[in-house]
This record gives sequence, C-alpha cells and structure tokens, in this order.
Amino acid sequence: MSNTTPTEQKLDVAPPYNAVAKHGVSPIASHDEIARFDFLANFNKFMATALSPGNKLAYDQRALPAFLKEHGREPKDRFEIRHAMNDDPFHKFWSALKRNSMEMRQQNGRAIVLRQIDELNAKARQYNEGRDTLELNPDIAVPRYQSAVDIHCMPGSYHGEELPGDISAGANYDCGIFATTGGGLGALTDGGGQALVDWIKKERPGWEPRRVLDIGTTVGHNIVPLALAFPNCEFIAIDTAAPILRYAHARAQSLGATNIKFIQANAENLSRWDDGSFDWVQTTMFLHETSGKALPKIIAEGYRVLADNGLMLHLEQPEYSDAMPLFEQFLRDWDAFNNNEPFWSSMHALDMKTVMTDAGFDRQELFESGVRAVVDREIFPEAPTGEDEDHGRAAYWHAYGAWKNADKMQEAAE
Amino acid sequence: MTDTPFDWMAAANKKAKGKRPEYFDDPEDERMLSILMAVVGEVSVLRERMDTVERLLDAKGTINRADIESYTPDKQAAYERGAMIREYIYRVMRGPHQMVQELEQSEPPVEEVSRELKEI
Repeated sequence: MSNTTPTEQKLDVAPPYNAVAKHGVSPIASHDEIARFDFLANFNKFMATALSPGNKLAYDQRALPAFLKEHGREPKDRFEIRHAMNDDPFHKFWSALKRNSMEMRQQNGRAIVLRQIDELNAKARQYNEGRDTLELNPDIAVPRYQSAVDIHCMPGSYHGEELPGDISAGANYDCGIFATTGGGLGALTDGGGQALVDWIKKERPGWEPRRVLDIGTTVGHNIVPLALAFPNCEFIAIDTAAPILRYAHARAQSLGATNIKFIQANAENLSRWDDGSFDWVQTTMFLHETSGKALPKIIAEGYRVLADNGLMLHLEQPEYSDAMPLFEQFLRDWDAFNNNEPFWSSMHALDMKTVMTDAGFDRQELFESGVRAVVDREIFPEAPTGEDEDHGRAAYWHAYGAWKNADKMQEAAE
Repeated sequence: MTDTPFDWMAAANKKAKGKRPEYFDDPEDERMLSILMAVVGEVSVLRERMDTVERLLDAKGTINRADIESYTPDKQAAYERGAMIREYIYRVMRGPHQMVQELEQSEPPVEEVSRELKEI
C-alpha cells in the first residue's frame, strides 16, 4: 500500500506536447492541436498501464481454458494465441480502442500538417534547393514491402504525397511520434539516436568513424544526433522514399547536421559504394519494415560495404526467442496485424545471429545489447519495461551488432 | 481541367492502405466507437482550452485569442493539466477499466447472493 496521500502523489502523466522542440520544418500546432496530442499521449499511457493487464487475465481465465478444452493441449505458437484471443470480448475491445488511438493520431497529425502544407513546403525548399546533400533518384522504385499496405496506418506511408513534391509524409510522421510513445523519445523524438551516441562513446572512447551509412533513415531522427556528435565524419543516409528524404534533409540542415548526405537508394543494392567503404553501417527500427528476402540482402550488402574493424549495428524490438513466453510474443505481435506492420511478426521470429553469420560475420564477432532512449529526464519519462511496457513501441531496444574482422585486425597488429 | 482547391480537411481523413481489422460482430459498432473516441478526444481538447483560459484570466484578468494560442504551461501547470487529462480518461474509460477488475476477481451473480442472504 502506498503511504502517500492523494495530494502528495506524483501521478504518471505524459509530458505536454509544448515540450516538443521545434526545428526549421516543424509544423506549428495550434492550442487545440496540441491538446489533441496531449489527450492521445495520456490515453496511450492509460491503455498500456491500466487496460493492457486485462489481456493476460482474459487469456488465463477464458481463452486458454477454452483452448485447452477444445484442443487438449497448450497453444503451440503466438498465432494460435492470437486466434483464441481474437474471440475474447476484453481483447477485442482493447484492440478496437488501440486501433482507434492509432487512427486518431494519424488524422490529428495530418490535419496539423496539411492545413499549413504550403508554408511547410516553402520552408523545406529553403533548406533543400541547390544543396548537394540531398540526392533524389526517380528510378528508385518503392519496394513491395513498403507499398503493400501503409505502414503503421500512416496514410500514404513514407512515399505518399498530397501535393507534388511535398513533405507531408515526414512532417506527419515526425510530429505525432510524441503521441504514440507518450513522449518517451524526447523533445526531438531522437532518444534512439542520443542513445547510440552515448553507447558508442562508452563502447569505443575516442573512436572517430570516417564514414557512416544509415539505412532506412526515414526522417533522420536517429542519425542527426550521431552526425552532430561526429562533426568530422561523413554520413550517408538512405531511404527508398523521396518525400521522407525531402523532409529529413530539411530537418537535419535546420538542426545543423550538414555532414549528412541524404540519398534515395534501396539498400538491397548498394553497388554504387565500394567494398569496405564505411566504418559503420546501421539501421534503427527499420528491418521489421522490409521482407523475408530483402532483409538478408540488406545485411549482406551492408557487410560488403563495411570496412574491416568497422561496426554493424541494428536496433530493433527484441526477437521472439524460445525463452520469451508465447503470450508475450502474441502481445508484441499486436502491431503486426492491427497497425499495418506486416513483416513485424516474421522479422522478430528471425534469428538475427544466423542472418548476420550468413552475411559473412564470424559468430564470435557478434554481440547483443539493450539500449534505452536517452532523453531529458527532467521533462520526459523513462519508458517502462516489464509489466507496464507498451509492447512494440517502448523506447527500449535490442541491439544486434558486430565489429567486422576485429579479431583478425587485432592479430595482424600484434 | 478545373483547378480544384486542396481540401486539407478531407485529405486529413485519408484511410491507410490495408484492410482494417474487424473487432466487433457488427460493423456498425466499429464506426460508432470511432465516432465516440473522436468525441472523447474533443471533450478533452475543450477541457484543456478552458483550463488555459482560466489560468490566463487568473494571471492577467483579461485575455485575447492570441494569448490562448501562445500559452505554454510551466512545469507545474503542465503536470496539473496532465493529471486533469488522466482523471478525465479514467472517468470516461470506467467501463473498459472495470472489465479488467472483473477479470481480476470473478464474482457470483447477485441472484446467487440474493438466494444466499435469504437463507442466513
């Protein structure tokens, strides 16, 4: 029992949307638009903490006993649990509420962006026109894994345009992440990139990469902090979608990250770059938005362009290992089937260590690590993990990494 | 060809590509919940706007629309408004919240209790 009186208690509330930092292409939100995101941020918190525990109770008390009775055995995988839970009245209602929250977030974000789209496009042009740090290539096709459905129910996905040449996709994606994560990614939604900076400075103090490749960069959240931390390094950030790159480039320029070149390219084919031409190749929360055949190609190409003693690093949600209870796997799978993340489930069931050794790494070169978002804790909350985790969007990631041929380089030096 | 003006309100409502899952037996229930949740959100927006007006009036005595638009809560006000939204959410979400409590403690029907009381 808590021994504080209600007036003394510090409630767990989301930070206000006013705390979101502005950059050169931020849409300007009105009072009521801010209030919409304030509502959604707190509603998502409520969903994750007060309602989500009902799923396990419904499973243990209703869905599992019914399954055992019907099949005479335990469910053998997360899919069987999902089918059983899709009939449960609590899970159905919880899912319907959560889906609505995602749809509202998209509508609210798009309304802010689209009512001022001309001004935003004009701002972006100021940062983009005549700069050689943005390279768009109309020959790059949108891959099927990006076009089959609109990823995370974002109308138009990363490649959609409302007006020719606009930046609405990036602006909407960027401005609403606050609501989805309850502010867990910090003022510039870059808690992941800030975490990478902290991690590398501890892991390799004094290391100065010369060239870094960021694959599937979207709006560049996670690469800008690294580019600012390593101002003498050349950064290449690629994505298949031109609209998101226009926004990402303008955003990065306005934040002073002028050492990033944004290039429209597909990572399945990095042939324009020579073998061993990068010291660091990375993705952050990207691989689950690819496909079964594209993912190993991307890792293999990444391996090829990575220099000896170079770092490959991928941040993802944790994989569904045998040690993870099937119920937790089912809960983590919610976004796959309810929030348009069609490769999410298969990706998290992949053994990334095998994918990376197939690409050329030695098993002993591989490492795994947990990475938590680095944000201003005065204002922004630490993302809960465990019981209260908002599965699938907690600002806490699993890092899969490897230093290429580091042992051999060490031996050669000795 | 006519130059149709861009209707941002219609565009904001664009449906995401990909078939929407069906959660309820009756498709009308999906639509009703969508409308209801949008209204739930808008009531929260109105309440936050009222709070802004009240705080500005407390501080300044008289205000205009620009004051409302440019209002930024300080740390304490931001917390109090977060707590206000939280309280509101708990109130409107009482039904689903009590579904969790029902699962936590399975209870006999009141008819059963009624029969019991008759006998004791």
